[in-house]
Amino acid sequence: METNLNDKIVIENFSLQYVDGTESLRNINLRIPRNAITVIFGPAGGGKSTLLRCLNRLNDPADVKTMNGRILIENENILDPKTDIIRLRRKVGMVFARPVVLPMSIRSNITYGLEVMGEKRRSKLNEAVERSLKQAALWEEVRARLDEPGVALSGGQQQRLCLARSLALEPEIILLDEPTSGLDPISTGKVEASLQELKKTYTIILVPHSVQQAARTADFAAFFLQGELVEFSEGKTLFTAPSDKRTEDYVTGRFG
Amino acid sequence: MSNPGNSTGTKSDLSWQEYIITRAIRAAGYSAVVFVALIFYFLLREGLPTLGEVSFSDLFALRWYPIENYFGILPLISGTVIVTLGAALIAVPFGIGTAIFISEIAPRWAREILKPLVELLGGLPSVVLGFLGILVLAPNLRILLNLPTGLTALAGSILLGAIALPTVVSVAEDALDTVPRSYREGAWALGATRWQTIWRVTLPAARSGVLTAVMLGIGRAIGETMTVMMVTGNAPVLAVTPGALFSPVRTMTATIAAEMGEVANGSVHYHTLFFIGMLLFIFSLVINVTASAVVFRSKKRAEKVLS
Repeated sequence: METNLNDKIVIENFSLQYVDGTESLRNINLRIPRNAITVIFGPAGGGKSTLLRCLNRLNDPADVKTMNGRILIENENILDPKTDIIRLRRKVGMVFARPVVLPMSIRSNITYGLEVMGEKRRSKLNEAVERSLKQAALWEEVRARLDEPGVALSGGQQQRLCLARSLALEPEIILLDEPTSGLDPISTGKVEASLQELKKTYTIILVPHSVQQAARTADFAAFFLQGELVEFSEGKTLFTAPSDKRTEDYVTGRFG
Repeated sequence: MSNPGNSTGTKSDLSWQEYIITRAIRAAGYSAVVFVALIFYFLLREGLPTLGEVSFSDLFALRWYPIENYFGILPLISGTVIVTLGAALIAVPFGIGTAIFISEIAPRWAREILKPLVELLGGLPSVVLGFLGILVLAPNLRILLNLPTGLTALAGSILLGAIALPTVVSVAEDALDTVPRSYREGAWALGATRWQTIWRVTLPAARSGVLTAVMLGIGRAIGETMTVMMVTGNAPVLAVTPGALFSPVRTMTATIAAEMGEVANGSVHYHTLFFIGMLLFIFSLVINVTASAVVFRSKKRAEKVLS
């Protein structure tokens, strides 16, 4: 395979099966470009979340039956047993479908990741809190109440807090698994707007919660169906002139 | 509700049944309240006369020797407190540790063996544990620590710890289990190690359930009778120094169990034993009320989280 400097993640012949036989991935080949939003979409059970969870090794090893192929991040195979998973997860941030606010204050939610890394300097931590909250477009709303519990925020704010929390670690890649599925349109708009801003610095992989969101946000798009990658191309191409019949059917709403 | 196609009785028949069942369930529910009230009334009726028969200063004195009319219950209270504290010191760290291991660390197969095993331990009759205590634990403690006798507060604490342990493990494990997996994943995704996740995220999130586990474990230990009677040596000596852990003590429960059979009905001694029972009742009431207050407070918080 030829290497392309523009590819942040290269997935080669990747297959995965779960112990209970649900949602598997078959022979995935995918190159994810840096500093862009790559959208992974398709009907439920297609393996989208599974793929995301492989990229930061969040899959429970006990649930996985077989895993083959390679996933290269900057030419490093992260499936290698020697991979430092903790370091990997700091490099590859993740935001979940339901906001997972940890049971602590807004500030601690953000500093937690840095603290477990061993960062103790107050100035550094405060700086990270302000920077990441600004990046997630939440700073103005919470600056006066950073010491209140994170769960006191609204759903949309919680989700942006989770985004800010990953950003605080200054990752290189951000994985978003249906980050706006529980949010109202206004909050969704805010999250999407911050993603457009963030892609200048980060590589973003998004599992959208609707085809519309996929079409709105995608620089590149990958269509997954029943564990297979059907089509991958630039977003504009895929949503206006898909080359595969199945993609076209799904995008135009004939199934799914 | 009734379907004319396949119901066998008539409508009035059904409502009659309904009436009986509702009444029966209601009676069962109220009877629990009535029983507790009766128990409390009985305890008060038999225990309170003590306050008229024995002066306050004699009651809270240091000598328990009923045959010669010494009714000082402080040694008994101190015995219960020291044995229970010792048991808590053993059961709480071990119990929470085991709960963490079962729910967070153990592989699935180990979890499936450990959980029923712990529950089995909880079903062990306390007299059997006491028996093991006399035959195995006490002699070994005596040799190991070079004591005049192995039947000490320490032996009682260890066995009570073992009795309270399954309660602590079981309740704490349930609490840890209800912490959503997403919390852990959230912490992992931030690069926290497994231990950092347990310590900073999972345990705090399950805090109230873990506290309940501790309270219930202590409640279990405080009320235990048979084992402590068998292994603590039953000497009614005031035990307040840490050194008392290595000497025989007598708990409140053991005193009641040992002496109630021989006491003259209605005597001062009899009333005093009931008074001790009343104190025990109040102790465990306080523990249980504290536990449920903690749970109630956190439930309200949980509702806030989920809304």
